[in-house]
Amino acid sequence: MAFIEIRGLQKSYRVYQKQEGLLASLTGLFHREYRNVHAVQGIDLEVEKGEFVAFLGPNGAGKTTTLKLLSGVISPSAGEARVMGFVPWERTNEYRRRFALVMGQKNQLWWDLPAAESFRLHQQIYAIAPTDFDRTLGELTDLLDVGKLLNQPVRELSLGERMKMELIAALLHSPEVLFLDEPTIGLDVIAQHNIQKFLKHYQEVRRVTILLTSHYMKDVAALCQRVVVIAEGQIMYDGSLAGVVDRFSTHKVLTLQFAGDQIPSDLDQYGELIEAVAPKVKLRVDRTEIPKVLAALLAGHTIEDVSVEDPPLEEVIADLFVQSSEQAGKKSKEVLAVGHSGR
Amino acid sequence: MYARAQTWWTILRICIEERLVYRGDFALGTLMRFLPIITQIFLWTSVYAAAGQGDIRGYTRDDVIAYYLLTMVGRAFSSMPGLASGIARQIRDGEIKKFLIQPIDLLGFLLLARIAHKLVYYGVAIGPFALVFFLCGNYFTNGWPEASVLAAFVASLVMAFLLGLFLEAAIGMIGFWFLEVSSLLFVYMLFNFFFSGHMFPLEFLTGYLPDWLQTVAHYQPLQFLAYFPAAVFLGKIEGPELVEGLCVQAAWVMVFFVVCRVAMRRGFQRYSGYGG
Repeated sequence: MAFIEIRGLQKSYRVYQKQEGLLASLTGLFHREYRNVHAVQGIDLEVEKGEFVAFLGPNGAGKTTTLKLLSGVISPSAGEARVMGFVPWERTNEYRRRFALVMGQKNQLWWDLPAAESFRLHQQIYAIAPTDFDRTLGELTDLLDVGKLLNQPVRELSLGERMKMELIAALLHSPEVLFLDEPTIGLDVIAQHNIQKFLKHYQEVRRVTILLTSHYMKDVAALCQRVVVIAEGQIMYDGSLAGVVDRFSTHKVLTLQFAGDQIPSDLDQYGELIEAVAPKVKLRVDRTEIPKVLAALLAGHTIEDVSVEDPPLEEVIADLFVQSSEQAGKKSKEVLAVGHSGR
Repeated sequence: MYARAQTWWTILRICIEERLVYRGDFALGTLMRFLPIITQIFLWTSVYAAAGQGDIRGYTRDDVIAYYLLTMVGRAFSSMPGLASGIARQIRDGEIKKFLIQPIDLLGFLLLARIAHKLVYYGVAIGPFALVFFLCGNYFTNGWPEASVLAAFVASLVMAFLLGLFLEAAIGMIGFWFLEVSSLLFVYMLFNFFFSGHMFPLEFLTGYLPDWLQTVAHYQPLQFLAYFPAAVFLGKIEGPELVEGLCVQAAWVMVFFVVCRVAMRRGFQRYSGYGG
C-alpha cells in the first residue's frame, strides 16, 4: 500500500445563494436557494514515502479542499483515503501526532505571546521529549535564522518571519507527512526564496513526504519532482514539471533576427506575431508546423540568428487552466438545489 | 499522569501570560466592576425606606446588601466574559480547525484557559474585594458562618465556575449550527440577570410567579451561578435543603458537561461535513 492513497475522493458543499437587495434578504428568511459546489470530484492519487508533490491549479480548483480532507479537517462526500494507513477524518490522536498542516493564510501561533511560548505548548500537546525538543528547535531556528526572534511577540514579527515560526511550530514534532497550503503567499521574493531553500533542505535530510499547493511556479520548480495539476476538482495531469510543457503546450516560440534593419511584412502567415522590434521578431508557431515554417522562412529571407523555445511554464499552465475550466463549464457541473431556511 | 499534569500546567501558564499582556486594560476593567456597589447601597436603602417595613421575604436591608456583595463573589466564579462569543468567532473564522488537527481536546483547553483567566482575575481583584468586604462588614449582621457552611459555600462556588463554563461553552457551540450567537447570548444574559439572582434574591419572586414556574425556578440551573452560593453563606439555605441544593447543582454541572461534549462532537462532525 502506498504511503498516501486516495481513491475516488469527492467533496461537495451546499452554498447559500443570496440575491442582492433587501427584499431578497427578507425572502431568504423563509426560503433559501442553495447551490451544490463540487470542490473535489473523484480524485485518485498515490504518493510514496519521501515524495515532494505539488498541487497546481487555479483558485477554487480543489487543492486546499484536498489538503483539508487529508488532514481530517473535513470529511468527504464519497471515496476513501489513507495516510500512513490512517483514515484522516477519523482524527485519531495517533495520526494527528504524525502529520502537520501549515496554511499560509492562517495563523496557529499565539498572537500576543512570543513564538517560544507556542513552541513550548506544542511540545506538551505532541508529547515531545525535552531533549528532542531542544535539538529540533535548535536545528530549525538555525536553519531559518530566527534565533533572535523567538522571544518577540508574534504580532510584532513580519509576515516572512511569522511564516518561518509557523513552519517551526509545525515541524517540532517531526511529522512524517507535511501538508503545506500556499506557504509563501504574500511573501517578498527574498522571503519566498528562504522558505523554499529551507523546505528543500529539510525534505532532503528528513525524507518527509510533502504535499504542497502554491500559485508560485518558482516554488514548484525549485522543490517538487512531481506535479499534480488540479482543475475543477479533477486531476488533469500527474507527472514531472517538464512533462507539463511537453504534454500541454501546443506552441513554440520562434525568435528570428533578420539581416539589415527591416523585418518582412508577411510574417503573419507563419504564426502569431508576439513581438517585433526590428530586426528581431518573436513568433508563436504551432508545434507541428515548426519544420515547415523554418524551412519557408530560411528559403525566403536572410536570417542571421534563429532560436526555437518552449513557451514559459507559467503560460502553459495558465492556458491549461483556461482550457480545463472551459471544458468543465460545458459539462455544467453545478446543480441547483432548493431547500428551506437553515443550513 | 505526570506528563498530562505537565501539559495542563504549560497550557495554564501560557494562558496566564497571555492574560497579562494587556494588563492596564485588564486592571481597569476589574476595578470598575466595584463601582456599582455604591449605587446598590443607595438603591436598597431607599427601597426599604419606601416599603416602610423591616424585611422583605426574610431579607433586611443589610441582608440584601450583604447578599449583593456575595453574588459578586459568586459571579466572579461563574461569569465567563467572551467565552461563548469567542467560541462562535473561532468557528466562523476557522480557527477552531486547530482542535481538529492537533491532538488536543477543545473542552479541556477551554477549562484550563478559563482557570487561568480566573486566577489572574482573582490576583488583581482580591485587594478591592478585601477592602469592600472590610468596609461593608457591618452589613453582615450574623458575622462569619460556621465552618461547615463555609465549606458548602466554597463547594458551591467551584461548581458555579464549572456550571458557568459548560453553560456558556454550550451556547458558543451553537455557533456550529448558526454561526452568529450574539442575539442568543443577549437573551441568555437577560434570563441570567433575573434567574441567577444577580438583581435581587430569588425569594423576592415568590408570590409573583405561577406555581409551576415557581417549581421551575426552584430547580433551574441559573440560580447556582449567583443566588445559591450567596444564600448558603447567609444561612438562608440550611440542613437537608442545602444538601439537596448542592446535589442539584452537581447534577446541572454534569448535564451541561455532557451537553457540551455532545455538542462538540456533533458540531465537529457538521463542521467537517459542511466545509471548514
